[in-house]
Amino acid sequence: MPDLLIELFSEEIPARMQTRAGEDLKKLVTNGLVEAGLTYASAAAFTTPRRLTLTVEGLLDKSPTTREERKGPKADAPEKAIEGFLRGAGLTRDQVEERETPKGNVLFAVIERPGRPAADIIAEVLAQTVRTFPWPKSMRWGSGALKWVRPLHSILCILTDEAGTEVVPGEVDGIAFTDTTEGHRFMAPGRFSVNSFEDYEKKLKHAHVVLNAEDRAETIWHDATNAAFASGLEVVEDKGLLAEVAGLVEWPVVLMGKIGDDFLDLPPEVLQTSMKEHQKFFSVKNPKTGRIERFITVANRETADNGATILAGNEKVLIARLADAKFFWENDLRTVRYVGLEGMAKPLADVTFHNKLGSQAERVARIEALARELAPVVGAKPDLAAEAARIVKADLASEMVFEFPELQGIMGKYYAEAAGHDDGVPEACEDHYSPLGPSDDVPTAPVSVAVALADKLDTLTGFWYAGEKPTGSKDPYALRRAALGVIRTTLKNGFSFSLLSLSGRSKLLHIADTIRVFDESASKNVEGFANQENLDLDLLKSALDEVKTKSIGKNAQKQAFENISAYIDNLGKGEGSELLLDLLSFFHDRLKVYLRDQGIRHDIIDACIAMPQNDDLTLLVKRARALSETLATDDGENLIQGFKRANNILTQAEEADGVEYSYGADIKFAEDAEEKALFEALDTAEAKIAPAMHAQDFTTAMQAMAALRGPIDAFFEAVQINADNQTVRRNRLNLLSRIRTLCLSVADLTKIEG
Amino acid sequence: MSDTVTTPKSFQEIILRLQNYWAEKGCAVLQPYDMEVGAGTFHPATTLRSLGTQPWAAAYVQPSRRPTDGRYGENPNRLQHYYQYQVLIKPSPPDLQDLYLGSLRAIGIDMDLHDIRFVEDDWESPTLGAWGLGWEVWCDGMEVSQFTYFQQVGGHDCHPVSGELTYGLERLAMYILGVDHVMDMPFNDPQTPIALTYGDIFKQTEEEYARWNFDTANTEVLLDHFVEAENECKAILAAEHDDPKTGKRIIMAHPAYDQCIKASHIFNLLDARGVISVTERQAYIGRVRALAKQCADAFVQTRAGGWQPEDAA
Repeated sequence: MPDLLIELFSEEIPARMQTRAGEDLKKLVTNGLVEAGLTYASAAAFTTPRRLTLTVEGLLDKSPTTREERKGPKADAPEKAIEGFLRGAGLTRDQVEERETPKGNVLFAVIERPGRPAADIIAEVLAQTVRTFPWPKSMRWGSGALKWVRPLHSILCILTDEAGTEVVPGEVDGIAFTDTTEGHRFMAPGRFSVNSFEDYEKKLKHAHVVLNAEDRAETIWHDATNAAFASGLEVVEDKGLLAEVAGLVEWPVVLMGKIGDDFLDLPPEVLQTSMKEHQKFFSVKNPKTGRIERFITVANRETADNGATILAGNEKVLIARLADAKFFWENDLRTVRYVGLEGMAKPLADVTFHNKLGSQAERVARIEALARELAPVVGAKPDLAAEAARIVKADLASEMVFEFPELQGIMGKYYAEAAGHDDGVPEACEDHYSPLGPSDDVPTAPVSVAVALADKLDTLTGFWYAGEKPTGSKDPYALRRAALGVIRTTLKNGFSFSLLSLSGRSKLLHIADTIRVFDESASKNVEGFANQENLDLDLLKSALDEVKTKSIGKNAQKQAFENISAYIDNLGKGEGSELLLDLLSFFHDRLKVYLRDQGIRHDIIDACIAMPQNDDLTLLVKRARALSETLATDDGENLIQGFKRANNILTQAEEADGVEYSYGADIKFAEDAEEKALFEALDTAEAKIAPAMHAQDFTTAMQAMAALRGPIDAFFEAVQINADNQTVRRNRLNLLSRIRTLCLSVADLTKIEG
Repeated sequence: MSDTVTTPKSFQEIILRLQNYWAEKGCAVLQPYDMEVGAGTFHPATTLRSLGTQPWAAAYVQPSRRPTDGRYGENPNRLQHYYQYQVLIKPSPPDLQDLYLGSLRAIGIDMDLHDIRFVEDDWESPTLGAWGLGWEVWCDGMEVSQFTYFQQVGGHDCHPVSGELTYGLERLAMYILGVDHVMDMPFNDPQTPIALTYGDIFKQTEEEYARWNFDTANTEVLLDHFVEAENECKAILAAEHDDPKTGKRIIMAHPAYDQCIKASHIFNLLDARGVISVTERQAYIGRVRALAKQCADAFVQTRAGGWQPEDAA
């Protein structure tokens, strides 16, 4: 049972691609081997900046011989058919057998494939793997045609067993397989040969290369925490950075350096970001003060001066970097002290948010209007919400965020504090971006929530308005994430509001901005309408007409007016705009995905979406949860069957009779005890359900509904609907109609599956 | 290895050592291109010569101008006019990394004491329609060079691939010479009777150009110049390939490319004057790229671009 060792040695592989590349190498090679009949006991992949390594243990030394029998045409079939069969089998006429079958003499081919030596298979599989390797980005070099992530220099490929080691004969684009590799670029230049994985790993270590990335990461973390601990400090944990740094070095040497006193007062996030992004440094903080006071850098070598030159160089580079950061910080602070954050935000008027959605400043104005609107719903003071909305994007115009976009929001908080904002406004600067990921915390402070929801709704409505909604896997503006953010924030805080009316308001704000491009006064009118409870459509139309006459002949404008006119027409007809309904159904889709993860079935949500006020997410989910719980009970589950039976019989009868049975069931025509009992049960249920629904107490309503299960089942058991007496039959159908009406008042149970 | 390393005394000594090193390694040592460019890559010795099949090896200093980076000579690291050292070898030799490291040794970096790293950095030039993969090279955490394998230039796939090295000379020299402010850096040997610093030579010009770039350059004139350069470039390329006077096939790829360089620099000036909005910016870049692509198309039809007379048949 030989062992296989492969190493693909290249120029420096980007750190972020290494782990995945190791996995891909393992998968592609082992899959290829197994497909060719070479099974193995175990395999493992390793990566360093300059190499991908795969070791496969306990490999078969040759693939097993296989026999395949193929049935062909009849022996007296036309020449062409026989030729085709022979060609496919790769045999001649005298190599195939004739066998008697009930259908006559038929040709059979027995194709025997002798086992092949492992080396042959490996050479093919490896060459194929190298040629088709799924690098995220690959390149050519020199005059060759081969693609690899960076120039590929050598391929080590050896098979080792008790008898010894052989180089697998093979090559890829002129790179012949060998048994040699190189050690550390600087500390151990030169090639050496190896005869097994153990030998390889040992010699590499001797040549100052730690093969296993996890070992390198462990060494880095161990040495870094020790160095920090010795000074009474601790390293700020950063797993992503640790993995990245482990991919930048073959021989990690941890060095701890000082941050100049001048920079210690910068916000910790600034220090951390600047050091991490530009220099790949770890931050080292003082656990007593929380301040970041030192840094850890990881060199790729030992030196005679124990890293003194390297550390001095890194400290110098850091000074230049932090001098920049400090310069930005101080300039920004000066700006907010002189002109406040609203002053800082001024240049946003010239920054395009999206070419169909105007400038950042226009966006901010829309968010402000929406935040004011939302404030009472979320328990914030409208003036505070508006104040926050005006400044939350201001830091986008700061020098610090220009340099470090990932500090957006965080800098806003610092600058808002410096400018004297309080009462939750600074926090809103940071928190209104939340939640970013599906497991991020959602904002709960009222001012933050008002702005967070306003921001996301403005974005969603805006991109719908601009015709830029997500399609398939394409969601360049992260609109799915924004919608999920709205959903989670709303549900977590239990807010009840109409998404349709709010997004309608938002859309009007967008329309006003479109008009502003053409005419300031018309825009003011529309804005005015947007802030009124009742829209004066005639006024809006006349304002539009006025602008329209001024801008005839410009295509883009014409299109905008058509959009606006269509919207106004819809409003005039009392219909929701199609666009808004489409956006609402996008919310519903996201909601389904979200609730499915919480164990609520999609058909249950559909049954609730079909009910009125389905644009109030909290209400909708409350209804769905109650229904889900009810359906989980025995009564609930059976009630659905009863309802469906009633509904089916009724629908069929209505179709056959051409009338709607919706009124007039009277207990005086009831003949059976079960029938009378159902009348009473329905009376009882109706008396409970109506007020419960009014109070949005869905649990009570649904329990009352589920309680009908017994009477309904008993009724169907005992009573024949289609009685000979037409009066009795009609009365029973009308009774079924009561069941239907009552059940449908709770949720659209026709949507429930099963 | 480290025994022969001596530390250079001046900015110019570093340049001279690089010139000697790459001359020894077989590069044609060219002179700077006589036009305003934003980076050494714009020199036709790189942009055009990276195209086509003809082998090429050239090294040169290129003064580079980035109007928006002007700081009146006050920032220790930022200049609107600075020097790049550029090496382009086609096809890229298999030992290009070692050749590069040899050049660092030649200018006084002791490999036994420093930490040299190749950190992923993909290069893309939207104005040239070009991209490549490579690294920024770090010395003790400082970026000292860009190292790129060109994959596409002017919209053409590079066959064979050129290897490009770009050294930011001021930053590299400041590091080697241990200088904190660029203006304090010795330009010639400080022991010489007339010792000149970088500031003696460039402090005043940085001030003058910063004022002109930011505040006084006549934007209307520049806008006109942009359009003129664009039109001239197209007109040159539209000319017949066969010259009626000499009867020779003369495709004027280089004169056309000069106009493309001009348009690109004018765009940079307009950008520094702040008269180009975000959306217009993309449009301008697209216009320059269109010119660069047409010049590349023309160049590959010339002999230097790999065209053979028999191709015409």
